[in-house]
Amino acid sequence: MTEILTSPVGLTHYLVVGAVMFVSGVVCMATKRNALGVLMGIELVLNGANLNFVAFGSNFLERNPTYQLGLDGQIISLFVIVLAAAEAAVALAIVLNFYNNHLTVDVDRADELRG
Amino acid sequence: MGEINGHAILFLFFGILTCLFSLAVVFSSNVVRMAFYLILALAATSGLHFLAGADFVGAMQLVLYVGGTLVLLVFGVMLTAQNPFISLRTAGGDWVVAAMVGGILLVILIPVAFQVGLPPTEASQLGGRADREAVTSTDPVSVPTATRIGLGLLGVPGDDVSGYLLPFEIISIHLLVVLVGAAYLARAKRRVTVRDTPGTADV
Repeated sequence: MTEILTSPVGLTHYLVVGAVMFVSGVVCMATKRNALGVLMGIELVLNGANLNFVAFGSNFLERNPTYQLGLDGQIISLFVIVLAAAEAAVALAIVLNFYNNHLTVDVDRADELRG
Repeated sequence: MGEINGHAILFLFFGILTCLFSLAVVFSSNVVRMAFYLILALAATSGLHFLAGADFVGAMQLVLYVGGTLVLLVFGVMLTAQNPFISLRTAGGDWVVAAMVGGILLVILIPVAFQVGLPPTEASQLGGRADREAVTSTDPVSVPTATRIGLGLLGVPGDDVSGYLLPFEIISIHLLVVLVGAAYLARAKRRVTVRDTPGTADV
């Protein structure tokens, strides 16, 4: 157990944290009935993926040198951050519109388009 | 057993914080608390970015994500936080299905993480700390990354970064269009009801 304190931090550590974030985001998206809760799940998923990009591009982690992403990983994660900001803006606008029209944010009530 | 690794201690601190607050987002049913836990989780993630040597990305994570996107999200929470929606309960069956899906996904992802993240070869793993220190001392790239990232975004390919001018321009236009569209979608429409009143019907 003390091995984790003395051994150098590797790629696996980051991938595990990213996997936990990703899975909690997916579960959050699946279980929340509040539309804003679903949005928070999306943010968690994007951040888990982002963490993996940064970890694969990092020079400070012990890992197999064939997975060398370099600075490209950091630039891709910057793109992901910008896209997440854009997505959050549009999704919040849609949620606010839905709230103004229906007086609820429950995604289960948004079934008017059901065939 | 070697000496305690400071990098590992900091990683454990931020990693455990990230995982705990991500799980807290899932298991909390109050949407205001979920937003707060999400802010803490993403701030801890920026600590992980700093630890991985990505100083610019970590700073942008703090400035854009925690400072921008999540403030937007908190505004959304505040605007819609009526009493019946603050804590919407999920049905028990949904929790079971979601736990199964999440567990399966985690069971798939964790072994992949351990496979992909293996140290280079068995030989160097058996070589012990001397080899590792030799490896880690040959690549101390502690140069700030902001300059190289900026040059990469301007389309100047460096030694470990390719040119990203076209994606940068595309994403800039995309962000502009999206923000204009969001402002259009979320604008107050009360003027329409004013126009419908009898006095101003012919406007």
